[in-house]
Amino acid sequence: MRAAVIIFPGSNCDRDLLAALRLTGHQTISIWHKETELPKNIDLIAIPGGFSFGDYLRCGAIAAKSPIFREVVRHIDRGGYALGICNGFQILTEAGILPGILQKNEGTKFISKVVDLRVKNITSTFTHNYSYNRIISIPIAHHEGNYFALKDDLKKLRDENCIAFEYIDNPNGASDNIAGILSRNHRVLGMMPHPERHTESAHGCQDGYSFFKGLLQTI
Amino acid sequence: MKARVTVMLKNGVLDPQGEAVKHALNSLEYNNVESVRQGKVIEIGLDETSKEKANKSIQEMCEKLLANTVIESYEIEII
Repeated sequence: MRAAVIIFPGSNCDRDLLAALRLTGHQTISIWHKETELPKNIDLIAIPGGFSFGDYLRCGAIAAKSPIFREVVRHIDRGGYALGICNGFQILTEAGILPGILQKNEGTKFISKVVDLRVKNITSTFTHNYSYNRIISIPIAHHEGNYFALKDDLKKLRDENCIAFEYIDNPNGASDNIAGILSRNHRVLGMMPHPERHTESAHGCQDGYSFFKGLLQTI
Repeated sequence: MKARVTVMLKNGVLDPQGEAVKHALNSLEYNNVESVRQGKVIEIGLDETSKEKANKSIQEMCEKLLANTVIESYEIEII
């Protein structure tokens, strides 16, 4: 896949994300948020973790209105693939691409640790390399990761098989233990955990490797 | 013209910051504090003379950016 990683002031996981994408064979390009056009033939837009615009106003709110985002929305409307990790997930919800919002963690603390996730969707581009209910270990590092959505939206997510990952031991109070969700067409994924931090053998766990490898096998 | 926008979490939405502030007030022995909700105040200077137009414009700003209406409500005050 040709993947574009969007960088905002305050993004800090962009290099890790680029490294994970390259390791698994993707062609990559970095795009600064002030750009108004995306290069042609981009298959995947990846939005990294971090603290875009210092988390001012609400996490992801300002990034979601940045110049490049109009192009990101156009790419998604055309059926393009997009991935938002951590702050990237917050940005996708603020842009209205994914339902709900990421609130402050229930316990008020910033949580940085490795958590176990259960894979709930195994048909999407992002998750087809896993088996149903497989448990994977992926790090989290966030203060606003408590997923909240209206009851109707939660029902739709369940009914349309849009819940990608659930926490086994809910760390932040997220509704229905949700760690990651897909758009209705299953081509956009937002998730709080960081699969790019578990891709190389030096990371001590490579449960995120097949996530990025799976993306390559789709196209 | 100036306007003040107050953004608050909707009733029923968990407010961990407000809870933490409440506990801190309780530990200062303000035992009469039953609940705390924390929001934000945004002041906007506007090049506009019509109150009605200002109000409409700020309402749009609230819907588009200043509040996330999934969990937040807002109030506009022209000052």
